[in-house]
Amino acid sequence: MNIVTFLEMAASADPGRVALGTGTTYADLLAATSRLAGQWAGAPPAVAYAAVGTPALPVALFAAAWTGRPFVPVSYRLADEPLRALLGGQAPAVLLAEGRPAEVAATVDGLQIIAPDEALAATGQAPEPVQDPDLPCVLLHTSGTTAAPKVAVLRHRHLTSYVLGSVDFLSAGPDEATLISVPPYHIAGIAGLLTALYAGRRIVQLPNFEAAEWVRLAREQRITHAMVVPTMLARIVAVLEEAGGGLPYLRHLSYGGGRMPAPVIEQALRLLPHVGFVNAYGLTETSSSIAVLGPEDHRQALTSGDPAIRRRLGSVGRPLPTVEIVVRDSDGKEAERGELWVRGPQVSGEYAHGALTDADGWFRTRDGGWIDEDGYVFVEGRLDDVIVRGGENLSPGEIEDALISHPDVAEAAVYGIPDDQWGEAVAAAVVLRPGAAPGAEDLRSWVGERLRSSRVPAHIVFRDALPRNDLGKLLRQQLKGMI
Amino acid sequence: MKLHPGIRLRSAVSEAEIIVIRAPGDEVDLRCGGVPMIPHDQLATPGPGDGHDLLIGKRYSDASGDLEVLVTKAGTGQLTLGGQALTIKAAKALPSSD
Repeated sequence: MNIVTFLEMAASADPGRVALGTGTTYADLLAATSRLAGQWAGAPPAVAYAAVGTPALPVALFAAAWTGRPFVPVSYRLADEPLRALLGGQAPAVLLAEGRPAEVAATVDGLQIIAPDEALAATGQAPEPVQDPDLPCVLLHTSGTTAAPKVAVLRHRHLTSYVLGSVDFLSAGPDEATLISVPPYHIAGIAGLLTALYAGRRIVQLPNFEAAEWVRLAREQRITHAMVVPTMLARIVAVLEEAGGGLPYLRHLSYGGGRMPAPVIEQALRLLPHVGFVNAYGLTETSSSIAVLGPEDHRQALTSGDPAIRRRLGSVGRPLPTVEIVVRDSDGKEAERGELWVRGPQVSGEYAHGALTDADGWFRTRDGGWIDEDGYVFVEGRLDDVIVRGGENLSPGEIEDALISHPDVAEAAVYGIPDDQWGEAVAAAVVLRPGAAPGAEDLRSWVGERLRSSRVPAHIVFRDALPRNDLGKLLRQQLKGMI
Repeated sequence: MKLHPGIRLRSAVSEAEIIVIRAPGDEVDLRCGGVPMIPHDQLATPGPGDGHDLLIGKRYSDASGDLEVLVTKAGTGQLTLGGQALTIKAAKALPSSD
């Protein structure tokens, strides 16, 4: 099937329900999509989108799907040169953009540029939507934190499998609303649109995340559901702590897209006791979430006296019923600890230059981890980030958690640097809280009291900030070159 | 008839429409309300109905799981494959994750 079928179903079952913002109904959204799709007869074979998340986003996404064109959201925040290179790689294409990205795009051959508002004012008439589940639906550039970004190919069958496997049609109550603040070029920005739309949950868009504005909008729009990445949650928590007022309407907050520091989630749970928290683990290549730690899991982990249950707060929960996750060693044999491999109908594992799934459909996540006896998946971080010290594999996340638990430490990043004696030595970049002044030796003994001595950082540097990408993902490889 | 994922069919006897999500490779006899289903651009001849409601957004599959369909428009009529009733796929209770 085609993702546009979801929109057609919702528009036929409940045409007057508000889909978007304060007044765009499902019928309105379908009509706008159809008009734009109708305008694209004879247009270039792909639709790129280099703008913030506004109503033009779902309309362009569905209109592209309607006509069988892949939709390619790209980061409008990229500097001129990388943006030009990336757009050049997608041409020939229709491009929705305005302002600086549109000016940059004007220097690229083969782009037919329209402003997002123009797309909403289209007046075409479309034939029936194309129905081929094998067509590429969305092309996304992966985060590229450990290597150059790759273009992941998500076909209609991957995204429709994900939506059908994770939400029920029009299951949301009439008062439910979701706040989407992750950008369109992130898998959660696309998957969140599709699942909210199929569930019948009103979508409110925040084009550029800013914590105080997020809190204001959540209150004003009576937001019940939202998804954030860890750095967003940390900033939201800071705003709530400083200004108070809480989030009285919020019921459900999911987080993912990176490792959540334990102090942040614990503080969020304390500040928002009425909210159900969901930790979602997934990759661009897996059409969003593949494992979920639900609200009940969070509550149990917080209150249980059993250490095996308590530690689940650091897990990503259990695989979706439609997905299999196993742990394998570097030879591909099942192991207790190793790399996480995933398989299921939503798993694409395919890039523009070729598929990376094996003959049995397994995709290697490049994430290290393990699974407890009740099936809870623990993700230890990117395998490329593992520090091999004297033959022992150390995962940076565990050492970062120990550092961050120090009251004077605001942020910490741990990475390996070459060492003549050990092969690799543990190094840490630390951002202190304002006014704090512990020395490297204080932090070393703090870690030594909590972890085995092999994990104590041999080198500690103090920095004003950590290098992160625009979604807050740590750029660990950049740190390696700095010490 | 031969089915493939993405093919849209309608009931010959009610308003119901489906889309095929998963299909066995061979010829099948897929019916709604006892009458073979028809391409979705053909016209149905609504009958009195057989008391079975097909709800929009529900998925049905055969015992083997080789055939799975999604109801895209509500109507009446039991879905059968080779005379065997398709069963509704149980709703899942997953927390929203994005």
